Amino acid sequence: MNRATPDATLIDAAVQDALRTWGHEPTRLLQVLRQAQEPLGFLPPAALERIAAELRVPIARVRGVMAFYSFLYPESPGAYRVLFSDNVTDRMRGSKERMREMSQRLWVEAGKVSEDGLVSLDRTSCTGMCDQAPALLVNGRPVTNVDAVRASQVCDLILSRTPLDAWPAELFIVEDHVRRRDVLLDDPMRPGDAIRAAFARGDASGTGPQATLDEVKNARLLGRGGAGFTTGIKWESCSRQAVTPRVVVCNADEGEPGTFKDRLLLNQYADRVFEGMTVAAYGIGASLGFVYLRGEYRYLLDALHATLDRRRREGLLGGAIGGREGFDFDIEIHVGAGSYVCGEASAQVESLEGKRGIPRNRPPRLAEKGYLGLPTIVNNVESYCSAAQIVLHGADWFRARGTSRSSGTKLLSVSGDCERPGIYEYPLGVTVQQVLDDSGARDAIAVQAGGPSGKCIGQDEFARRIAFEDIETGGAFIVFDGSRDMFEIARHFAHFFAHESCGFCTPCRVGTSLLRNLMDKISKGKGSQHDLNTIEELARLLHNASHCGLGESAGRPLLDTLQRFRPAYERRLESPAVEPAFDLDGALDRARRVTGRDDPGAHLGEA
Amino acid sequence: MSEPLPTFRLDGNDVTFTPGQTVLQAALAAGRHIPHLCYHPEFRPHGSCKLCTVKVNGAHATSCTLPARAGLEVESATAELDAERRMMVQLLFVEGNHFCPSCEKSGHCKLQAVAYDLGMVSPRFDHFFPDRPVDATHPELLLDFNRCILCELCVRASAEVDGKQVFALAGRGMGKHLVVNSPSGLLRDSAIAITDKAAQVCPVGVILPKRVGFAVPVGQRRFDERPISAQAKDFAPRPPDQKGP
Repeated sequence: MNRATPDATLIDAAVQDALRTWGHEPTRLLQVLRQAQEPLGFLPPAALERIAAELRVPIARVRGVMAFYSFLYPESPGAYRVLFSDNVTDRMRGSKERMREMSQRLWVEAGKVSEDGLVSLDRTSCTGMCDQAPALLVNGRPVTNVDAVRASQVCDLILSRTPLDAWPAELFIVEDHVRRRDVLLDDPMRPGDAIRAAFARGDASGTGPQATLDEVKNARLLGRGGAGFTTGIKWESCSRQAVTPRVVVCNADEGEPGTFKDRLLLNQYADRVFEGMTVAAYGIGASLGFVYLRGEYRYLLDALHATLDRRRREGLLGGAIGGREGFDFDIEIHVGAGSYVCGEASAQVESLEGKRGIPRNRPPRLAEKGYLGLPTIVNNVESYCSAAQIVLHGADWFRARGTSRSSGTKLLSVSGDCERPGIYEYPLGVTVQQVLDDSGARDAIAVQAGGPSGKCIGQDEFARRIAFEDIETGGAFIVFDGSRDMFEIARHFAHFFAHESCGFCTPCRVGTSLLRNLMDKISKGKGSQHDLNTIEELARLLHNASHCGLGESAGRPLLDTLQRFRPAYERRLESPAVEPAFDLDGALDRARRVTGRDDPGAHLGEA
Repeated sequence: MSEPLPTFRLDGNDVTFTPGQTVLQAALAAGRHIPHLCYHPEFRPHGSCKLCTVKVNGAHATSCTLPARAGLEVESATAELDAERRMMVQLLFVEGNHFCPSCEKSGHCKLQAVAYDLGMVSPRFDHFFPDRPVDATHPELLLDFNRCILCELCVRASAEVDGKQVFALAGRGMGKHLVVNSPSGLLRDSAIAITDKAAQVCPVGVILPKRVGFAVPVGQRRFDERPISAQAKDFAPRPPDQKGP
């Protein structure tokens, strides 16, 4: 199973197969790279050159795109690529210990490939399995609840070179963990119901698709991905553009650490998601549809394709949908390749165009010029589910739940220190305390609502509400109890943002790395008051001057924890004034490792 | 009689603009300087360096990409914004390897000029000291990536003016870097010519012609003569040409 040197015929077959699926379109570059890599394990130079020639794009662009996405590899990551999910929730459940054990057993250092090319071991950003942490991916397939027994089992299978398809199926089971249902998860609607309702509404009022737009607008549905923009207004502004075709994009790039509710919707409610997209297409007059599925959810792809095929057979996708002449709409699924910033709508559109996922300058807004310059709407998975319900049951029905400013229900992904992690659906306006009580979180000291880019709230704020007028959230709800060190959690988030910054703008590209380094310095006991001031200043700069939401929020977990848990920082400070960053003894570390020494003589002692 | 041109307010003064201009373009055309690096008068605004960040009606905004509108209240020359800009210039200095005293571009370098102008006296943050090997393979041009600020002007010039796509970007975050379009990845094997716009547009010292070092003595160079903030009009938008930066 050594995949270090795939021969020319293998490369040729892989590239041909990808081109058969995606065609020779430069806009499909990312998908071609991703699919060609699947049988090869990585993208050797010959494959890149071949793809560049076939798509007629500069080789530098191909290399540039490859190097942007974490899951595209220029060199072999071994026959087995083990990636530990690295969210705080994974660490809280022992991922570091499991990784250390596997590193020993497999005789491979983290971040490297074993000498025989069999296996590599590394970390990756949150894989969306926080309710069954710690989790890992083996060649892209999720293994959850990785305790010591399971870690050892995985090692056995790798060392015996058992092909992945022959691994016990129970290793790959992903639980849905639905803990509380409300109207969204309990809705018995069947495929086609909302589409027929949209037709009926338009026919009855004589306003056609406008009736769908009006209903979604009147429902005051706010974007469920976290940004909270009014969905109906977005749709209407797109529908007013003269240019066609128009485009409907479903953002299934659920990358915010701690969020996993879209995983449930895509797994159990895929029909509802596609129904919502189709209703949106009817409303705005779109004919092109895309789902941007995060690479970590690649394991759901085949089932999603099967659902799309079934809907095509049922006349709910494709030409003349629901028997309506002229209503043509279809959906294509693009799979991401490990990049958090691609969850940002305009970066996602760039990625759909086969490019590096860099957020665009606005104006123009995507509703005017989106995918390939076409009017485009991008909405979250859950937003489409809610939209389908609104069209079926009406705006008044929707507004009957939630608060006056935040209508409807919201799925929360609850994880961390609680007895029952999983998906909870609540009417918006639920208090943090209620969620803590329901999930069996006994001595919570803090909740990270909305993930690292959201808000860290302390005990005295647990009476606050999950709603767009109070605590906005895309759904992540990570609980921390008194045993947790809030400084280390903030430091972990600083690492996350530095890893995921796209690098386009100065403040985020450099600022996130400086914040990470400053947090590391404090963690080593080398920090000073001066460093805390610098952190605050950098975090403010990121908020004020960054290009997109990633940079804007990258400093927030540090500011939030500095405000609420300052002693966690201050007890680590070496001196009250200034401490140099350069660590003289630390500089000898590499020499110590090379020589295998760690005796007192190999250290610069205090004496 | 033609309508008078619309205006917005910049630091309390009226600035006229022609519709389609951005705030930065209009300000420079009016001789009002707003610090910037990735903007170039012959190219569409890019919005990446963020030095031109201003406050518009109280909120931060990138002035090079923000369309000018009548009645906008724009603040630029404030202590708060200059402090933020100074910090961003410091970020650029510690991100790369910048040794002004030995750099051929000293005095012609916009990064250096902006740093002087904003009163930057130290890099402040810890240097990253990245390992960025130079590419000296081309007979006429040197690529010194140590000085790259990732403004993408060479990428844009090669694609939009030269029609060659010699440069591209790879990686992300702090790993983002400039790459050359050739099978070997070396400039020698690329389609670049010394007469290309891409060879002339670098605002810092990455792309340099060989064998013309220090033809103009340091001390008599563009930004030695006058600070960059006194040269606003030279950065007013203009149609693309083939003559120099």
